[in-house]
Amino acid sequence: MAQLDEMLDQDAAIPLRADLEEHLRECEHCEITLNTTRKTIEIYRSHEIYALPDDLRERLHAAIMAKCRKC
Amino acid sequence: MAAFEKLVRQYDRQVFRIAQHIVQNREDAEDVVQDAFLKAYEKLDQFQGNSKFYTWLVRIAVNESLMRLRKRRTGRMVSIDEDVETEEGSMPRDLADWSPDPEALYGQSEMADILRKTIQGLPPGFRVVFALRDVEGLSTEETAETLGLSVPAVKSRLLRARLQLRERLSRYFKKGMGGAQEALAQGGVK
Repeated sequence: MAQLDEMLDQDAAIPLRADLEEHLRECEHCEITLNTTRKTIEIYRSHEIYALPDDLRERLHAAIMAKCRKC
Repeated sequence: MAAFEKLVRQYDRQVFRIAQHIVQNREDAEDVVQDAFLKAYEKLDQFQGNSKFYTWLVRIAVNESLMRLRKRRTGRMVSIDEDVETEEGSMPRDLADWSPDPEALYGQSEMADILRKTIQGLPPGFRVVFALRDVEGLSTEETAETLGLSVPAVKSRLLRARLQLRERLSRYFKKGMGGAQEALAQGGVK
């Protein structure tokens, strides 16, 4: 699993990468795990699940600057 | 003051997002944003410039978030080490492949609900590492420095967080509509 993790982060050294890629071609389990974990990261990156709405942003901004001015 | 105001504008969305990932509560996240920026302003003279302003600010926001979480849990200690001694997610169990385009199975808001619900189930110590490293794009070293953890500890938590999320999302994204129907039938999507 640690080696798959290095593949996820593109950290694997080139000789190891070649071995892992060969393993992935033969091991459906690892291939699915790697691809679906990559997709997990991609989905979380591409969806803004905790967006800051503009009206709240303005309220927070005003409150922060008011507190800072009192410092 | 004008320069600091610019920094607030530059980083408020990220600080809000990180706080929400940790506290999982909007009101607390709003308080964290205010407190984190106020603390940063008060301590600006202590900012040494040997780390980026953003990672320094994130460290303050993470600490404020953990304090909020602790308060909400009526004084029980909460740290980024909490609940990380779980074996869940160390080995993948669900080996089903996903639909070629899992995002097409759900609408935008339904997908956001699924992602929030799924990440809520992770221990805080995993959530924060995943949020900093994979959502906010900090490097492994920056994440370790920000959280006061070693690089191997960040790597280990990140792997387990990723695998747990993958495992939980498989319920919704399994190949064919079976996974989506099964998840909906179990009340997995609000």
